[in-house]
Amino acid sequence: MPAQPPDDMPADGPEGARDLDRYAEDSLESGLAVAQGSLYFSAVEVGGEGQKRRGRKLGIGAWLAIGWMVFIVLFSVLAQLGVLPLKSPTESFASCARLGPFAKEGTAPGHILGCDSNGRDMIARLAYGGWSSLFVATGAVLFGLIFGGVLGMLAGFFGGKVDVVLTSLFNVFLAIPAVVLALALVAFLQGASSSSGSGGTTVDAKFLLILAIGIVSVPLLGRITRASALTWSQREFVLAARAQGAKPMRIMIREVLPNVVPAMMSIALLAIAIAIVAEGTLSILGVGVKPPTPSWGNIIGLDRGKIKESPHIVFLPALLIFLTVLSLNFLGDVVRARLDVRESAV
Amino acid sequence: MAAARLIGRRFLQLAVVLLLVTFFTFSLVRLLPGDPAKTIIPFGTEQQRAQLNQDLGLDKPFLQQYVNYLGVPIIRSDGTSGLLQGNLGRLYATNQPVTDSLKQSLPISLQLVLYAQVLALVIAIPLGVLAAYRSGTRTDRTINTTAFAFLAIPNFVLALVLSYFVGARLQWLPTAGYQPGWLDPLFDSSRSSTIFSGWSNNHIRYMILPVITLAVGQVAIYMRLLRSDMIATLQENFITMAKAKGVPNRRILFRHALRPSSLTLLTVAGLNIGTLIGGAIVVEVIFGIPGMGTQIGTAIFAREYVELQSYILVIAFIFVMINFIVDFLYIVLDPRIRRARATA
Repeated sequence: MPAQPPDDMPADGPEGARDLDRYAEDSLESGLAVAQGSLYFSAVEVGGEGQKRRGRKLGIGAWLAIGWMVFIVLFSVLAQLGVLPLKSPTESFASCARLGPFAKEGTAPGHILGCDSNGRDMIARLAYGGWSSLFVATGAVLFGLIFGGVLGMLAGFFGGKVDVVLTSLFNVFLAIPAVVLALALVAFLQGASSSSGSGGTTVDAKFLLILAIGIVSVPLLGRITRASALTWSQREFVLAARAQGAKPMRIMIREVLPNVVPAMMSIALLAIAIAIVAEGTLSILGVGVKPPTPSWGNIIGLDRGKIKESPHIVFLPALLIFLTVLSLNFLGDVVRARLDVRESAV
Repeated sequence: MAAARLIGRRFLQLAVVLLLVTFFTFSLVRLLPGDPAKTIIPFGTEQQRAQLNQDLGLDKPFLQQYVNYLGVPIIRSDGTSGLLQGNLGRLYATNQPVTDSLKQSLPISLQLVLYAQVLALVIAIPLGVLAAYRSGTRTDRTINTTAFAFLAIPNFVLALVLSYFVGARLQWLPTAGYQPGWLDPLFDSSRSSTIFSGWSNNHIRYMILPVITLAVGQVAIYMRLLRSDMIATLQENFITMAKAKGVPNRRILFRHALRPSSLTLLTVAGLNIGTLIGGAIVVEVIFGIPGMGTQIGTAIFAREYVELQSYILVIAFIFVMINFIVDFLYIVLDPRIRRARATA
């Protein structure tokens, strides 16, 4: 038997069920808009003019986005590998403290983008900080994709009781606003790690963040995977495979999974953008990557109070976050339009 | 009655979700390994720790602890009160009940979120209608591109940009602080307890920047949703009919097309309160508004885990209730969904 859609999620159908369908999908996707609503955005987009883009060459916007992502990833990864001739992100230059472009007291020689309030070189801070932010965000999304993906596949493919249990589990976690949930997890996990004697080392802090943001993303990614797996499980080729006597595990992995993966990839790009923002938010609230290790979020968090005198300390990482999130949103959208996720799911 | 059964099922679901949410917040403090009292008050005396352990009921069996935490009346084992009695625990530094700080911070956050939501809808609805009406034209593309860019601005970045340029450089508006509004007196019985009685003329001035910060992202989301629903509605026969009868465009858009197009928007607006509450936390911290977000930040630094636990619970509770009401309204508003869900 193909998996039946449960009662609260109407089956895909033509005209009649359209509103219901849309309602279900939107309420589903509303969950994923953790910090920003990028997902509504793309979900809505593709139904309309998204199709037109298919088959067309990548526009200039897409190339700019790809270019930015390549640049920022190389910049932070090479810095972390020690290949780039950068200053240390934790070394202080007293003569340079709070100086920089647009700062009240002007800039200092030798530091093109200036220094933070402790006299640490901004270029180095941004590069190493980029590594922290991207590492945490990518790690969290991978965590979410693996666990959320597996659970969502199981729920969507097998349906029935498995689906009911997993969906209710997702719903409980979605009942707490994502930022609040991440904050709670990371605050209590940090309390746990600092008291257990292993010490709150910086490596720990990053993995705790990955864990916290990852756990938050599990139900979100899980529900989306479930919806996708559910529609693909009802297709004819799955029935054909079943008729040929294929085992459920084989059908799930060989027939359904390859169709679910592309959709997940475009969502992964958006999710990384959301996770970068989440890391920033948590850092500003004081539970992010632990200083002196920089991350884009904690550079802002540490020197938020100096914004009047030295705006560059806060606005440089803010600009990098903005451009990275914008690029990821844009690329996620392009990938989604290319793969035509919505249309092929019908 | 199918509808009654459906409503009953929703209430049952609500109860289950609330129970699980309380269980989650309950387990948070117990997640702390070893002796939680040691983590919560690392420099406290033995006596303080013993007191804390007794307060938290950590010396009792696990399920008993949960029952005590909830404060279920009949099976409660001792004289302590729990959530059902409105006991959210105490701060360890001052021994003040958590409800004291909640009474001050909750109305502030509620006003912030409410203003942001209203502002977002007021801006998004005309823009969405316009974009749908002019779909495919330059106006539509401009609105879309702008929305796309705004969506990529994290709350905290926009908050910093506004507080720097509008606040610090132009000095038009205050960048930090808060003045009581219309809702605050209702929660704070020490002041007079009628609405608007504690209203300060500067309330709005202090709220403008934070509200704009929170609203911008929502405008983009709502605008896009309404636009796509509206485009679909505008292709329906009854719109063609209205056009043929010579009904003016403005009337068609706002009277005929807006209502059937707004159901998704309303649902998402309700669900998005969660996003707004989350966003409000960081916005409050940046603008120095003493709402729940700032309290949560302080609680984290001060290691007031019980306070933190209670705040998380309150936020989750509000969010669950709003979701419930929205879902309910949706069933009431749209008969098609009522039928479909009842028969499913």
